[in-house]
Amino acid sequence: MATNSPTNSSIRKLNKRWGEFMIKSWLVVCSALSLITTAAIVILLVVESFSFFQNVSPSEFFFGTRWVPILEPSSFGVLPLLWGTLQVTIGAALIAIPLGLASAIYLSEYASDRMRSWVKPALELLAGIPTVVYGYFALTFITPLLRNIFPEIQVFNALSAAIVVGIMILPTIATLSDNALRAVPESLRQAAYAVGATSYEVTTRVVVPAGLSGVMASFLLAISRAIGETMAVTLAAGQTPNLTLSMFESIQTMTSYIVQISLGDTPAGGVAYQTLFAVAALLFFITLIINIISQLILERFREVYD
Amino acid sequence: MSMTESRTTANQGKNAVPAVLDIRDVSVLYSGKAAVKNVSCKILKNRITAIIGPSGCGKSTLLRSLNRMNDFVDGVTIEGEILFTDQNLYSSDVDPVEVRRRIGMVFQKPNPFPKSIYNNISWGPGINGYNGSMDELVERSLTQAALWEEVKDRLHESALNLSGGQQQRLCIARALAMEPQVLLMDEPCSALDPISTAHIEDLMFELKSRYTIVIVTHNMQQAARISDFTAFMEMGNLIEFGETDQIFTRPNIKRTEEYVTGRFG
Repeated sequence: MATNSPTNSSIRKLNKRWGEFMIKSWLVVCSALSLITTAAIVILLVVESFSFFQNVSPSEFFFGTRWVPILEPSSFGVLPLLWGTLQVTIGAALIAIPLGLASAIYLSEYASDRMRSWVKPALELLAGIPTVVYGYFALTFITPLLRNIFPEIQVFNALSAAIVVGIMILPTIATLSDNALRAVPESLRQAAYAVGATSYEVTTRVVVPAGLSGVMASFLLAISRAIGETMAVTLAAGQTPNLTLSMFESIQTMTSYIVQISLGDTPAGGVAYQTLFAVAALLFFITLIINIISQLILERFREVYD
Repeated sequence: MSMTESRTTANQGKNAVPAVLDIRDVSVLYSGKAAVKNVSCKILKNRITAIIGPSGCGKSTLLRSLNRMNDFVDGVTIEGEILFTDQNLYSSDVDPVEVRRRIGMVFQKPNPFPKSIYNNISWGPGINGYNGSMDELVERSLTQAALWEEVKDRLHESALNLSGGQQQRLCIARALAMEPQVLLMDEPCSALDPISTAHIEDLMFELKSRYTIVIVTHNMQQAARISDFTAFMEMGNLIEFGETDQIFTRPNIKRTEEYVTGRFG
């Protein structure tokens, strides 16, 4: 052994590295915090929903068609709220999916790098606008516009909400699908061009199918955002639980019901107050399922090419 | 450059074989920077022409300009003309899609579509409105690419389950299914093991009777083994072009000799 090499005793741990230990502990606490918060929310929702279901039968809640939680005679059928959410979500998806996918295809397959460097930040800006602004925009701009076309439309209506939520979730679809399409290897495009495919054929028959799981996942994430969207929908669609096929009437979604009760003077502890948690639990459950499905799809997406 | 040209003509005068591609004074520029400079040569029908040279000499760029695959590179410009059956590939009334239907390409890395073996072959003819029997075309193409026996029982499995060498033969079969006049191969064996490489070289010999083949390779032994003509390129210039035998045994230019004897590159 060389004379200047450390002796065996010097590699023994002399004192704990306290600074490192503190930092590590702090990081663990930070990450645990979000887990604890989530767990607390879930527990709260389950416990309060449980007491709700002791007063109201699940069959009334899930299959009842009238939602009159505060006035007498009360009725706790959640279907009008669920349907209202669906109306807005489906309408928004019908608008955002074709437009978002088209923008993604344009961005990944046709746009020059310079064009992309302008369009992508603009789309991300769209995603950063506070949702209450979108709601105000729907009420003061989209609805009057719709009134010119459909004079019978109500001031608060599902269509206006669907359009504005569609605009809101469009950036999610466009940017995530763009990422998915750009992840398709260039060599596949070249292979397709080399057998005499046009750009259109390369895009629709090679690139989109190869990136399909990423594209589908972007749809689902956007849809789960549409389901949870609150302020814009509350402002645009109104507060009327309404089981209707018409997009021209005022409706109420699950989220806007939660806003209504949270802002109102409903006394804590009553059945009306407990509905808040039942509705929230249902909402949480639906978005959780959709997020899990999109995660599963995204995982599959990693394995597509080889 | 006129020297190269006169030599080219002299060599080809001996063979009464028609030229399929006539490359005339072609330069390829990326954002104004020349990757291929004033190259002229003729690609003869039913012959294998190899393009050799050190990395970055412009051989792949030249190859890709032969079926307009360079069109997808931003900022690329092409000067000169490439005559294909007496028509300039770069004249404004030529449809690049039609060019690629007739001049097929096999790439450096096997790039099968993430589809079944069958659909990999049928995809190109399918989008181009092939109206014969697709089953027969698939079998014929795979047979020509010496892959049929290995895959005939699993045509509907994913092409990604094949080995690298099989995938490359599948890519060759995919190109052959278009019944092209010319097959361009961009270092088709560089990602393959020696046995798969031998497979593909054997295959090229057989394909020669039906197709005109241009192959880019950094492997000089490969060029010497399989090609009839060899083009040696360096820094974008075509240094020498001639019969493979002559290029490897009696090169006219010192630089060629230095390269083929392995003194650089």
